[in-house]
Amino acid sequence: MNLDALLLLAILSSSLIPGLVIFGLPEERHRLRTLLNLAGAFVKLSLVGVLFLGVYSGHEYAFRLPLLPGLDLVLHADALSLLFIVLSAFLWFVTTVYAVGYLEGAPNRSRFFGFFSLCVSATTGIALAGDLVTFVIFYEMLTISTFPLVVHRGTPEALRAGRIYLAYTLSGGVVLLVATAWLRVLAGPLDFVPGGFLAGLDAALYPTLQFLFGLLMVALGVKSALVPLHSWLPTAMVAPAPVSALLHAVAVVKAGAFGIARVVYDVYGIGFALQLGVLLPLAALAAVTIVYGSVRALFQDDLKRRLAFSTVSQVAYIVLGVAIAGPLATIGGLVHLVHQGMMKITLFFCAGNLAETLGIHKISEMAGVGRRMPWTMAAFTLGALGMIGVPPMVGFISKWYLALGGLEAGQSWVVVLLVVSTLLNAAYFLPILYTAWFGHQHQSWPHEHLGDEHRETTWALLLPPLITAALVVLLGVFASAPLSPLQWVQLIAAREYGP
Amino acid sequence: MSWLLDQPWSLWAIILPLAAALGAFLAPRQAPRIGMAAALAIFATVLGAILQVHGRGPQFHALGGWEAPLGIALRTDGLSLMLLAATALVGLVVSWYALGYFSGTVHGAEKREYFWPLWLFLWGACNALAVSGDLFNLYVTLELVTLASVALTALGGGAAALSAAMRYLLSGLVGSLCYLLGVALIYGAHGTVDLALLAQLVSDDGLSRAALALMVTGLLLKTALFPLHFWLPPAHSMAPAPVSALLSALVVKTSYLILLRLWFEVFPTVVTPGMGQLLGILGAGAILWGSFMALRQERLKLLVAYSTVAQLGYLFLVFPLAQGEALTGAWTGVVFFVLAHACGKAAMFLVAGTIYHTAGHDRIAYLAGAGGPLGVQVVVFALAAVTIIGLPPSGGFMAKWLLLNAAIAGGQWWYLVVMALGSLLAGAYVLRVLSWAFLDVRRTFYPTLPWTLRWPPLALSLVALLLGLLAFVPVHLVLTDAPVSAAVRLEVRP
Repeated sequence: MNLDALLLLAILSSSLIPGLVIFGLPEERHRLRTLLNLAGAFVKLSLVGVLFLGVYSGHEYAFRLPLLPGLDLVLHADALSLLFIVLSAFLWFVTTVYAVGYLEGAPNRSRFFGFFSLCVSATTGIALAGDLVTFVIFYEMLTISTFPLVVHRGTPEALRAGRIYLAYTLSGGVVLLVATAWLRVLAGPLDFVPGGFLAGLDAALYPTLQFLFGLLMVALGVKSALVPLHSWLPTAMVAPAPVSALLHAVAVVKAGAFGIARVVYDVYGIGFALQLGVLLPLAALAAVTIVYGSVRALFQDDLKRRLAFSTVSQVAYIVLGVAIAGPLATIGGLVHLVHQGMMKITLFFCAGNLAETLGIHKISEMAGVGRRMPWTMAAFTLGALGMIGVPPMVGFISKWYLALGGLEAGQSWVVVLLVVSTLLNAAYFLPILYTAWFGHQHQSWPHEHLGDEHRETTWALLLPPLITAALVVLLGVFASAPLSPLQWVQLIAAREYGP
Repeated sequence: MSWLLDQPWSLWAIILPLAAALGAFLAPRQAPRIGMAAALAIFATVLGAILQVHGRGPQFHALGGWEAPLGIALRTDGLSLMLLAATALVGLVVSWYALGYFSGTVHGAEKREYFWPLWLFLWGACNALAVSGDLFNLYVTLELVTLASVALTALGGGAAALSAAMRYLLSGLVGSLCYLLGVALIYGAHGTVDLALLAQLVSDDGLSRAALALMVTGLLLKTALFPLHFWLPPAHSMAPAPVSALLSALVVKTSYLILLRLWFEVFPTVVTPGMGQLLGILGAGAILWGSFMALRQERLKLLVAYSTVAQLGYLFLVFPLAQGEALTGAWTGVVFFVLAHACGKAAMFLVAGTIYHTAGHDRIAYLAGAGGPLGVQVVVFALAAVTIIGLPPSGGFMAKWLLLNAAIAGGQWWYLVVMALGSLLAGAYVLRVLSWAFLDVRRTFYPTLPWTLRWPPLALSLVALLLGLLAFVPVHLVLTDAPVSAAVRLEVRP
C-alpha cells in the first residue's frame, strides 16, 4: 500500500466514516453531528485539493484490490475523475451547511445525515472508479443510499416517490450489471482507458457491441433522466430541499451523465463509437430530452417540479456534448457537468429557502417575494439567467461550446436545437423572475416560519446559495483563467482526441 | 507450528459438537454455557481445517486406520470447507443469539434445555456430512440432520408448529427413502459406496440412470426445490427464530452438497445436458415463484422463508450452466453462494426473531414508523438483504456475478433474464418491509432490546455485506480438489 493508494482511500473514507459514526449517534447530539459532518466535508475538500494538484502535475493515482480471480476493485484518479470529484466535494460542503440549517428541529436527523454521507461516498466512488465493474459497485451503492433520503419525510407521497425511484434505478442497475458482465466476457478486464479499448475486437462482434451500448445507455439513462426514463425525477421532488439539490446537481443525475461520458470516452472510445454508428441515436435522444423537458417545465406551477423538468432538459446537454463527436462539443458537454451543478444547486437552495421561510411552494404564490427575500431571489435570478445562457454566466459558456461543437462536427441542427431550447428556458424562467420582482403580493405568505420580519432567513440557509450564485458568475467571467473548469475540460479533450 | 497443521481438524469439528451435545443433555442447567464454549471451540477447529487445506491441500483421514472400501473415510476439500465455514460462522452467531432468545420469560426453561443438545447434535451431523466421502455415510448424516431439524422445528410449540414439523418429517422421510433406494441399487451393482471408487466404476447404463434419478429426486425434496418446496415455508416460519436461521442457512444446503457431489463426482458420465436444463428450469421456477410469493406475505418470517425458496433456485442454475468454458465459474459461483446466502439469510431470520420477540407477532405492518431500536433492526434487515438481492459489495453479488458470467459465456441468455428478474423481485419484497419502517407514524412505545438480540444479527449482516470484498481467498479455496478443471479458468474469453 503506497501513499497514492492511501490518498484515494482516505478521500473515500472521509465521508464514509463520519456517516457510519453518525448512524450510531443518539438523536440529540446535534453539535457533535454537525461537527462530524463539517469536519468530514472539510477533510474531503482538502484531500481532493491535494489530489487535484497531483493530477495536474501529471501524477498517476491508482489502487487495486483483487475481489475474484480476474476481477479487481480499481480506483484511479484521472482528469475526468477530478472534474466530478472536485464538484462533488465542494458542493457536499456547501450542501452540508445548508442541510444543517434546513433540518433544524426536524426528527430523524441522525438517519438523514448518515445516509447523506453514504450518498456522497458513493458519488466519490463513482468518480474514482477505475473500471466499469467498480463503477457498477458504487453506482448501486448510490441507488441504495439515496432511497432513505427520498423517503425521508415518511409521508405516503414520499414513500410512493421512493418506490418509483427504486423501481427505475434498480431496473437500470440490473441492466447495467448484465451489460457489464457481458462486456467482461467479450473483452476481458474493463479498465477505463482514454480512447477506449474495444476497437481491437473482432468485427463479427460489432452488432453485439452496438446492442450492449444500447443497454448501457438505457441503464445509465435512467439515472441521468433521459426521456422516456425520466419520470422518477419529478416525482422524487417530495424529498427535502438539500436532497433535491444534491440529487440534481451532483449525485444521482450526474452519476448517470458521468457514466455515459466514461462509457463513450474510456470504454468504447469516441472514434470507435462513431464507427459503430451509436452516437447519432444517442444525440437524437438527448435532443428529444432537451426539448421535452423544457416543454414540460413550462406547464408546472409547482416550483420544484418546474426545476426538476428543467434538470431533465439541462442534463441532456451533457449527453448531447458527449454524443457529438468532436473536441469542442466534448468541452461544452463536460464543462456543463460542473456548470449545471452550480446553477441547479443555487436554484434548489433558493426554492428550499422560499419553502422553509415563507411556505411558498408554487410559482403563483411568489408574487412580490423579491422584496421580502431580496438576497435569495438575487441568487435565484443569477442561476436562472445562467440556465437561459445569458453571458457572462456559466450557462453561456456551455452553450457556446456546444454550438461550436455542433458546427465543427457538421451537425448544424445542434445550433437550431440550442436556440429553441434557449427560448424555452427563457419562457419558463423569466415569468418566475417577473412575478418575484415585479408582481404584487396579494395575500399573506402561505406559512411564514420566521417570526422576525427584518431578517430574510437564517445564515445557514442564505450563505450557500449566495456562494454558489457568485460562482455561477465568477466561473463564467474567469472561464479562461488557469484551473477553471473550462481549462480543465480542455485538458481532458486534448487527452481524449490526442495529437 | 507444523503440529497444528497435522491435527485432524475436520474430525475434531465432528467430535466437539457431539460431545457438547451430550454434555448439554446431561447437564441441562449448564447447557447455554457448554453450547457457547463449544461454538467458540468449533469455530477455532474449522479455522484450523481451513488453514490446513490452504497450506497442505485436500485432507483425507481414514477412521481407525481402515481404508475404503471397508472403513469410513473423511475427506476435506473445497466444497466441504465451504459448508464447514458456513456452519461455523452462522453457528457461532446463532448460538450467541440463542443465549438471549431462550433466556426470557417468553420461551421457558424447557425450550432452552431441548434447544442446546439438539442444535449441537445438528451441528455435528452437518459437519460430518460435509466431510463424508461415501454414499452411505452421506445417507446416515443426512438422516441425523433431518431428525434433529424436525425436532428443533417442533420446539416452536403449538399446533401450527407441530403440524409443520410433521409435514417436514414426512417429506424428509420420503426423500431419504428415495435416496436410500438409489444407494442400494448402486451398492448392488458395484459393491462399494465410496465416491472416489464409484467415479471410476459407474458407466452410462440403465441402472445408473435409475439410481441417479432416485437419489436426485430424494435430494430435491430435501433441498425444497420448486415445486417440491411445499414443506419449507411452514417449517421455517413456525420454528423459533434461531432454529429458522439454522434451517434456512445451513440445513437445506446439506442435501444440496450431496447433490453436487453426485452430479459432478460420481455421475459426470451419466448426466446429460437435458437433465441439467431440467434442473435449471426448476431453479428458474423457484426464483420467480418464490420471490413472487415472498412479495405477497403479510408475515415477516414467511416472507423470509419464501425468499429462501427463491434463493435456493440460484443454486440449481449450476447444473445447466456448468459446461465447457463456464464450468469453473458456475461451480465457484454456487459454492460461494452457499456461504453468502447462509450469512444473509440467517441474519434476516434473526432480525425477524427480534421483532417477533418484542412485538409478540411478526406482521410487517407492525413495523410502521419503526424508530428507536426497532428502526435499527430494520436497517440491519436491509443490510442483510443486500446480499439476497445481489447488490455490491456483498457476497451474493460476487456469486451472482460469477453465475452471470457463466450464463453469458455459455450463451444461455435466458438465465440472465431470470437472474435479473429475481434480483428485482427480491428488491421489491425487501422494499415492502423497508417502506413500512419509513412511514411516518408517531410511535410512543419504543421497546428496549437485550444486547444479545441486537448485536448478533448486525454482526452477521455486516459479514454478509462485506463478504464480496473478501471473496478472493474463499473462491480460491472452493477450487481445492474441485471436480472441475484444475486450473483457475475464471478468465473466460471466446
